[in-house]
Amino acid sequence: QLDFWLAPRGPGHPVDVRVPFASLQPLKAHLEANGVSYSIMIEDVQALVDHEQMEMLRSRRQLPLSTNTFDYATYHSLDEIYAFMDLLVAEKPNLVSKLEIGRSTENRPLYVLKFSKGGKNRPAVWIDTGIHSREWVTQASGVWFAKKIVLDHENDKDLASILDKMDIFLEIVTNPDGFVFTQTQNRMWRKTRSRHSDSTCIGVDPNRNWDAGFGGPGASRNPCSETYHGPYANSEPEVKAIVDFVKNHGNIKAFVSIHSYSQLLLYPYGYTSTPVPDQKELHQISEKAVAALSSLYGTNYKYGSIITTIYQASGGTIDWTYNQGIKYSFTFELRDTGRYGFLLPAKQIVPTAQETWLALKVIMLHAQGHLY
Amino acid sequence: DIGDVGHKYHLELVLEDVLDKDSTVNCTAEVLYHLGNKNIAPDVHFTIEGELKNTDEADNIFYNRIKSLEKELVAENIPDSHGNVSPEMEPIRLLAWVASGYVIWQNSTENTKFQLAQIKHVKQVKRSDEYLEFDYMILLHEMVSQEIIPWQMTVLWHPQHGVQVTQDSRQPKHA
Repeated sequence: QLDFWLAPRGPGHPVDVRVPFASLQPLKAHLEANGVSYSIMIEDVQALVDHEQMEMLRSRRQLPLSTNTFDYATYHSLDEIYAFMDLLVAEKPNLVSKLEIGRSTENRPLYVLKFSKGGKNRPAVWIDTGIHSREWVTQASGVWFAKKIVLDHENDKDLASILDKMDIFLEIVTNPDGFVFTQTQNRMWRKTRSRHSDSTCIGVDPNRNWDAGFGGPGASRNPCSETYHGPYANSEPEVKAIVDFVKNHGNIKAFVSIHSYSQLLLYPYGYTSTPVPDQKELHQISEKAVAALSSLYGTNYKYGSIITTIYQASGGTIDWTYNQGIKYSFTFELRDTGRYGFLLPAKQIVPTAQETWLALKVIMLHAQGHLY
Repeated sequence: DIGDVGHKYHLELVLEDVLDKDSTVNCTAEVLYHLGNKNIAPDVHFTIEGELKNTDEADNIFYNRIKSLEKELVAENIPDSHGNVSPEMEPIRLLAWVASGYVIWQNSTENTKFQLAQIKHVKQVKRSDEYLEFDYMILLHEMVSQEIIPWQMTVLWHPQHGVQVTQDSRQPKHA
């Protein structure tokens, strides 16, 4: 049952052999008993074969030639998502443009799609997905939102009215380094891929790295922790890029950061139990947004401030944006509630995106009708 | 709040059959988290109002299928990265879910919220008796710390005798 990959040639010449699992121990014993030295070149051939199969299937999938043939009901690679963005811009250049707002730790471009019907520095809505790389349904939903905006910008009266007054900025892959890592090495990777201290551990939690209660309870100062806040606020280029963008733009009126999982709609604060001054209004918007979301498939969401609804978390995105004066700051935790968790089946991508979009429209519509 | 003892919670919950959303059963429970020593599992007492569905047929089909395998079952990454679970692996996943419930219970405090994130690896262990035995390596997701914790558990199952976790141990996290 031994499968020789480098056949015996004679004494002094090495031999490579694939050994079925059941024959491993007997073979090792035999070699050792006869003083034949050996080393393991490939631990698990089947794993390699499986991986290659998968890779081949993927490359055989032709790159879609338009956003109409793009498969929204499956998870895509970073390259595929970046290619999608370019396709979308090419198809609708009067509505969509692509901005590079910075570079990640591993020097990947950070792209934001801008949806605008004109004007100059209009009040804007910001949406980001994929800040935590393992939350795959969020990047996938971001792709769907982008297409949805293009499809509906004229015929959906709510969206048309929003775009008459406001621009929409959408960052689909907010943490590209982490995202690539989830595809190549560790599906459960959450953080960035930066190395700061002389710790062997890599990565900072980008949702603890913002300058709002930075370093306080609700984040970890241990570089090996999943909630490591980093050496200082905005240490992560992925975070700094958004901070710079928001400050330079100066006219963002609603900010939505999207995560999974738990099925929650949250508003600030996470770092303190002091309620925000706009608590009542944000709570009412949340109630309406959640009702709209549930109306589609009956998906149940809870809502409230971060600290009262999930846990104390310091240095979070929307705590910072709220303190910058962006009143309508919200975070979503999308499907599900733990049955599949981060490994949400691809067939749930589109339903998740569809229902979430209804909630997003409630928020955007409210902002548009209550500009400040 | 029970002075010097701990915190007791009274819960009213609805159990929903994962395989049949319309099938629900009411349940009441009392959970006591002990003060001080975090190494003791919380006390749990519960009452189910009504009956759980009979699963004998499906249990026996699964049991006989595994018993008749020529080689011990081995599998990994359930679900896979895309959330896929093959139909043959679905009972293996459900078994892990139940067994991980025990591990979660034994390791829960008022400040933890665990979910089974993934089965990294499962290997059937041959037995001479009627039980099925599986050696699982699972990943638990702890919501508050956001940590992914590898955990090994040895699970025994038999259609009439139910699930038992005979051994479990927390594993070191990879870098």
